[in-house]
Amino acid sequence: MVWEALLREGVRVIFGHPGGAILPTYDALAPYEAAGKIHHVLVRHEQCAAHMADGWARATGEVGVCIATSGPGATNLVTGLATAQMDSVPVVAITGQVPTNLLGTDAFQESDVVGVTAPVCKHNYLVTDVNELPLILKEAFYIAREGRPGVVLIDICKDVQNAEGWFRYDFEIDLPGFEPWPQVDMEAVRKAAELINKAERPLVLAGHGVQLAGVGRELLQMVEKAEIPVVTTLLGAGNIPESHPLSLGMGGMHGEAYANRAVQSCDVLIAMGMRFDDRITGRLDAFAKQAKIIHFEVDKAEVGKNVVPDVAVVGDLAETLPALLPLIEERRHQVWLQEIREWKKDTEQTDILNYEVDELIPPFVIRQLWHATHNAKNGPPIIVTDVGQHQMWECQYFTHDHPGQLITSGGLGTMGFALPAAIGAQMAHPDRLVWAVVGDGGFQMTMQELAVIKQEGNLPVKIAIINNGFLGMVRQWQQLFYEKRYVGTPVWSPDFVKLAEAYQIPALAVTKPEQVVPALEQALNTPGPFLIDFRVKEEVNVYPMVAPGAAVDQLIRRPKPAVMQGYSGVQPSW
Amino acid sequence: MKYTLIAWMRDKPGVLSRVAGMMRRRNFNIDSLQVGHSETPGISRMTFVVDGNERMVDQVIKQLRKLVDVTRVENISEQPIVAREMALIRVSTNAENRSEIVQMVNIYRGEIVDVALDSMIVQIVGSEDRVASLIDLLDNFGIIEMVRTGPVAMARGQMEHKYRRSTAVWRAQANGRDATAAERFRTGGV
Repeated sequence: MVWEALLREGVRVIFGHPGGAILPTYDALAPYEAAGKIHHVLVRHEQCAAHMADGWARATGEVGVCIATSGPGATNLVTGLATAQMDSVPVVAITGQVPTNLLGTDAFQESDVVGVTAPVCKHNYLVTDVNELPLILKEAFYIAREGRPGVVLIDICKDVQNAEGWFRYDFEIDLPGFEPWPQVDMEAVRKAAELINKAERPLVLAGHGVQLAGVGRELLQMVEKAEIPVVTTLLGAGNIPESHPLSLGMGGMHGEAYANRAVQSCDVLIAMGMRFDDRITGRLDAFAKQAKIIHFEVDKAEVGKNVVPDVAVVGDLAETLPALLPLIEERRHQVWLQEIREWKKDTEQTDILNYEVDELIPPFVIRQLWHATHNAKNGPPIIVTDVGQHQMWECQYFTHDHPGQLITSGGLGTMGFALPAAIGAQMAHPDRLVWAVVGDGGFQMTMQELAVIKQEGNLPVKIAIINNGFLGMVRQWQQLFYEKRYVGTPVWSPDFVKLAEAYQIPALAVTKPEQVVPALEQALNTPGPFLIDFRVKEEVNVYPMVAPGAAVDQLIRRPKPAVMQGYSGVQPSW
Repeated sequence: MKYTLIAWMRDKPGVLSRVAGMMRRRNFNIDSLQVGHSETPGISRMTFVVDGNERMVDQVIKQLRKLVDVTRVENISEQPIVAREMALIRVSTNAENRSEIVQMVNIYRGEIVDVALDSMIVQIVGSEDRVASLIDLLDNFGIIEMVRTGPVAMARGQMEHKYRRSTAVWRAQANGRDATAAERFRTGGV
């Protein structure tokens, strides 16, 4: 019954790990797998099943599906589900549960999965009656997909899985309490257009919602028409091509100084499909105080949660943005852009890549990765990053020209995300180039999934480990805010090259800058997976940085070359 | 400031824990919460009293609306409302003060629902103030045991047209006729 429903939802691949309480469902999979209709990917840890489904969903825009057994299987899923939910990724998770008559008895491998996962799900279900199952499956996919996407979990009791019932799927969804697409208030759109047309220093702050609504092109049309610069959030990377002159790249905690300064100096801030996360706003009461704020958002609850907008346009961006477009007047903002260009020049002077470094530093590696891959065959490469310093460097030094090119755990910041999510993305796009960029700490959280790469027919996932021997981002905080007391951050790592060999994956270690390009070439020319262990300089920091709790223009800037040696502490901003 | 909210929700297992969990997770302060049946089978009605500022209450309402099982939420703090609490109070008595207590209870329009030799149970239904002041009074005689509900509330006066129609939609459904999904959504019925 489960599989029939999944087929009707267009699911082709599921990620999971079997166990006692989900066995009847697995058993029923056999004919579907034999017929090549649904393919099951065996993971090595359930957390990664959720991450893979997440990676799959982000790469395709379809609902990703993961499956696990009761108790430990289901609780292991939680981190992955929370990651997907925080980043608005549509995922449906199916878990087994002990038989109905054992519910609540602390039976073997029983846990209150619906209770445990409720806070990290858009909605969840416990199924105790087989006749309810088809409707619940249909509702689950509907809820996960519609509106702001999210995670739905279905916990199915074992006796329900064994029971027989009539399967039908022609239900009309009737959820009176679920309003995925709020009615667009055209008056608000007009007000927004009026504000934008009057603005002298407008700025767009574009988030993940732009990608989810698929309106990158409309956004580009709009900002070109009215000459509005664009700052993106982490998950909004590539909303408009970052090589475009109007793109200022990422803002926020590790955004470039000119991007943050633009946010703090604009007179109209147009926030689209983003939720004013603390990493983008810095100190809230000092955030864009001078600006009128327009908030385009599909989730009503996000409007006014952190920042109270002057105009809120609630509704699907795919509806509101095309409606806004004809109302926007053609404008030129040369003075404003010139000002930003000046700030940009200042930033470029301190860019670490502009002075000679004979050690292997991560920004250099990332930049070379971009040089080597950005013209890849079969479409733009998909870069999947983990969480930490390398993630921020990737954002700063890789130029994302296409939406959806960067897959990363933004909201929850889940270490160990990259490898499984890259596998999910590669399964979704077997022909495209997928790179997992991952730190030595995060890699060791989920490196067991290397086995999946092999088991799934030598998936051509390329892995770049930025190995600095530390939990780098935590170390950076310890350096800046805890007087260099490096407690718990030095990481001992195995020899990743030998580890890869054990998994029969070709690998290389790189220690010098001149080895980077040949290593990347070798990785790209080797069919199938490849792993490069970049043993980079240990104590390099991500700059600029907004200290937590500071306003976004109170930046710790990149150190100037002269003071690079022995640099410690905070430099004044501007 | 205190706000009174009413929420209607599908009577599904776990819906109370979903609402309570959301409130705890988002760090909202609930003063009181009452759940019971509404006029529609399958729909429960909750009355909340929430303590906080305007922005927090705005978030409470929006987050409640986001829950799939919650069909409708209303903030009735600004409207004239009827809000009533109920309390059962077991107060210790003796031959001398029994009649005095009965008099007081009568003044408050309460009821004596049980009498024993050394105590009796007083029932009071009324506004928060009235219940509180009777409790204060009875406290002088010694309260042995007490249970008090939070307020249940309803807006006064004529209902707006759309909500009157909602009842019509519910009735139609009860009679086996169907209403469109959009209609049902708007009105919060199922």
